[in-house]
Amino acid sequence: MITHPKTEELAQAVAAWIDEIRPGLDPRNAFLARVAVNILGVIGRELTLGPAAEGRAVDGMAGVLGHDGDFAALNAELCARLRTGELGVDTPGLLAALKMMAADQLAIDQPNYRPEGG
Amino acid sequence: MTVDVALALERLAVRLGGAGARLETAQRLSGGASMETWAFAVDGPQGREDLILRRRAAPFDPETARSVTLATEAALIRATGANGALAPTVRHVCDEADGLGEAYVMGRVEGEALGRRIVGDPRFDAVRGDLARQCGAALAPIHRTPPPHGLNLKVSDAEGELTRYEEVYRASGAERPILELSFQYLRRHLPDPDPPVLLHGDFRNGNIMFDPQKGVAAILDWELSHVGDPAEDLGWICVNSWRFGRPDRPVGGFGDYADLLDGYRAAGGRPVALSRVRFWQMLGSLRWGVMCLMMYRSWADGADRSVERPMIGRRVSETEADLVVLLEEGL
Repeated sequence: MITHPKTEELAQAVAAWIDEIRPGLDPRNAFLARVAVNILGVIGRELTLGPAAEGRAVDGMAGVLGHDGDFAALNAELCARLRTGELGVDTPGLLAALKMMAADQLAIDQPNYRPEGG
Repeated sequence: MTVDVALALERLAVRLGGAGARLETAQRLSGGASMETWAFAVDGPQGREDLILRRRAAPFDPETARSVTLATEAALIRATGANGALAPTVRHVCDEADGLGEAYVMGRVEGEALGRRIVGDPRFDAVRGDLARQCGAALAPIHRTPPPHGLNLKVSDAEGELTRYEEVYRASGAERPILELSFQYLRRHLPDPDPPVLLHGDFRNGNIMFDPQKGVAAILDWELSHVGDPAEDLGWICVNSWRFGRPDRPVGGFGDYADLLDGYRAAGGRPVALSRVRFWQMLGSLRWGVMCLMMYRSWADGADRSVERPMIGRRVSETEADLVVLLEEGL
């Protein structure tokens, strides 16, 4: 693997260029260009924050379910046991784990969003 | 079908303003991908008229669409407006001769509809404290309007809405633990059925035109109108996704629950318990999360390749962050 430029820097460079040409676009395309810049921001944050967030999610779900596994397997099992009602709001540690996972995902998707209760 | 809207509006100007009338300006306002909004003006023998065109840009599928046709939307605006609701004035429902597809024309209402500005712009400082009460009052005449005959509006209650959105969620293939828990939790906390009324269906900050001096000027965007629980409309405007960075002000980012409910009751609405509004608010966050998933799906399936669709898919996490707090607080 090459080390420079980093992938998130490539995304940054494209976002900066779109921001430069944005003022000259018609309203519809100016709006879509702003969306494109936001997407590049998500890509950059997922590259830098994603691995640690996934690690915390795996630990959180493993704690609730009582066994190890990879992200996809734990997530699927958690969903299945929530669907049947076997797990619920009273399950010890569940809400705390879900809250941590939601905060990590939000930090990647929309770091400026202020959630309920914030 | 590609339509040259500006050209069609030139012809429409003559139809609306009479012989000799001219199209003055025509500008597409930024916004939705499936629905276009155009601001235009007609200058004719009777003077200048500022108008708004609403037209569907993507094909309408009545089988799968949640929304009503634009002709139905126009009929609802007329019926509720005649009953005292703050609805815009429908000027013309387009037909084939207009060449604009499904569309209607309404009078332009002055004011501001951008949610973030209502919440933060100093121009609204003086009136902001009264807006929640006004929003409650604005809903009462809509809910009092008998659903017009022949429109075949969808009827649904809390259980029906939950079932519908859960089906959509399952079909999306997504596996999101917080959404799973929310479906389960809401199903265990269903409110007792309430007599159904005509609902706006998308009553939130962003779909309301506000005047900096007077407050609520007009209720816009009626495409999700249906018949159901009055608390659905009251809860939707409290969903945090429409508070634009002010989670501390539960009604639209500008007001409090008590004012919304007082305004509703003072204007003749049946009293609604806060717990019922909070149920619908939570279901509203869940609904918005599922809608975000749907918008991502429409991109993944190739139905709408607009760049905004996949990005909206990343808004699911905002609803999850809100839902997990509501689950902690409990209903």
